[in-house]
Amino acid sequence: MTTMKVPPQKAPAVSASPRARAVRRFRRNRLAVAGSAVLAAVVLVSLLAPWIAGHPNAVDLDAVRQGPSGAHWFGTDTSGRDIFARTLHAGRVSLLVGLAAALGAVIVGTLFGAVSGLFGGVVDNVIMRIADIVMSFPTVVVILVLAGIVGPSVTVLIVAIGLTQWPVAGRVVRGVTLSLRDREYIQAAEASGANPWWLIRKHIVPAALAPVTVTGTLAVAQAIMLETTASFLGLGVRPPQASWGNMLNDAQNLTLIQTMPWLWIPPGIAIAVTVLAVNFVGDGLRDAVTPGGRT
Amino acid sequence: MAVYVIRRLLVNALVFLLISVGIFVLVRAAPGDPVRMMVDPEQMRGGGAAFIEAKRHELGLDRSVVVQYGHWLKGALHGDFGSSYVGHRPVSAVLGERVGPTLQLMGAALAIALVVSVALGVAAAVRRNTAVDYGATVLGLAAVSVPPFFLGIVGIYLFSLKWGVLPSAGMTTPGGGGPADQLRHLILPGLILAFVTAGPFTRYVRGGLVDELGADYVRTAEAKGASRARVVLRHALRNSLIPLITVVMYQIPQMLAGAVVIEQVFAWPGMGQLAVSSIEQHDYPVIVGFALYVAILVLLCNLIADVLYAVVDPRVSLR
Repeated sequence: MTTMKVPPQKAPAVSASPRARAVRRFRRNRLAVAGSAVLAAVVLVSLLAPWIAGHPNAVDLDAVRQGPSGAHWFGTDTSGRDIFARTLHAGRVSLLVGLAAALGAVIVGTLFGAVSGLFGGVVDNVIMRIADIVMSFPTVVVILVLAGIVGPSVTVLIVAIGLTQWPVAGRVVRGVTLSLRDREYIQAAEASGANPWWLIRKHIVPAALAPVTVTGTLAVAQAIMLETTASFLGLGVRPPQASWGNMLNDAQNLTLIQTMPWLWIPPGIAIAVTVLAVNFVGDGLRDAVTPGGRT
Repeated sequence: MAVYVIRRLLVNALVFLLISVGIFVLVRAAPGDPVRMMVDPEQMRGGGAAFIEAKRHELGLDRSVVVQYGHWLKGALHGDFGSSYVGHRPVSAVLGERVGPTLQLMGAALAIALVVSVALGVAAAVRRNTAVDYGATVLGLAAVSVPPFFLGIVGIYLFSLKWGVLPSAGMTTPGGGGPADQLRHLILPGLILAFVTAGPFTRYVRGGLVDELGADYVRTAEAKGASRARVVLRHALRNSLIPLITVVMYQIPQMLAGAVVIEQVFAWPGMGQLAVSSIEQHDYPVIVGFALYVAILVLLCNLIADVLYAVVDPRVSLR
């Protein structure tokens, strides 16, 4: 790397690359930019939770059931645990599950979609039929049954969400693969003896990256929502580990709802803000990479 | 058409069998002993082990998984899903009495969601890229971003506890209440489920109408002097609602997932609440019954969606 400063170039409107055009479109989308900023803040605060806030399970017996104060910004719960610390630490779990599950769904979907598109025929029919059925199953019910039978855990959540959310990416990648199959460079690669794995790695994945990023981002929002829902139902992250969902579950009692709103407002707002931010970013990405933009 | 339906029915039957095998194997391989869960600790005193063995034999849990599955499938095909471990009543009866409340909740929510989403979707499509359009987009995103259980708690806090205008739980006031009382109980859970459902619907209505408004026949109708309202409502909207029919059918199973959560918040005595409490109690026959019920609902909705789509749109032919 040289230290020479490159003067900012004026991008000629005619020859802007698709990526440059997408970035520009994304930047013009106010909701998407705001979503990115909020999301960055949420990620940062969650990552730095151990340094910003205290231990999520530390019990302060002198301050049980106390409202927000200087010592406990969001107040304390019925056993004297700091709600601020719990909310921040819970964000780590939600983001982890969201990212891992979405990544799993995207990888499985990309593989199935590419195989479906490349091989066609019976393989394509069977995979797409399975995708249809999986997609129409309500994921919450699948998590419910799976967690109810195997026992709730973060692993079950990630696996269940990954297994039920892959068809979205699968369909997108299949579409990309089908449109690539007739291109000369793919046929040239095939003629030179490229095997399907090579085609997937070198040609399909790069071509599908933009649309898959969009579905992946929206899948993160979906996965965070599913994790918090499962945890709220007592079928996700298990106490005493804090999660936004199980914090709301802890507060689910008329007396607590009425007398200690600081128990349920922070985690509820945290879920809404995070999921909304991810959805704004995903929407902005979709409009940015779709040729023609928003219709 | 008939051939298509029959073929799809056969495929669905096969899928259903596969799902049932999957669920059954999963349940039998699960940790947690249902016999120990159901036995009263009093009975365990003294000859506890022998008692458990006898109970195990009575429930058929001592036989091989394959035999158990065959036995269970034979029963299931006759409408007998076994007995609940907890209440010792037939699963079909336990589930049956929960179907009504869930259907009532889902039906009310679906009706509200359709009215709201069509109105909002049309407004957004006609006033494209205005404040109305962006408002509808933000509202649609909020509907899938704000967790329904949080909305439920906020609703209970404001309307039940703070202002005391709406009940916080159940379908009726214990010991009394007519239709007006039932309606009051339905308002909060119904509106929240409707809000969650209306989000995706609004998106589809808007998208479909925007596409149709760009079609040639719309320009023709306008050129012939039809009013804007007539063009939108009589011409474009009718065509754009065709895809919505399939979307609604696909959304019904998803609504059931929403109902599970909302029933939990509002102590609504439906299937979702039953499923969650059955899981807490390791009541496997009820869990399996619930899972199979959802599977049937999903497969049926898919089939109806496909067939309806062809019925209302003559351009689609089924093979």
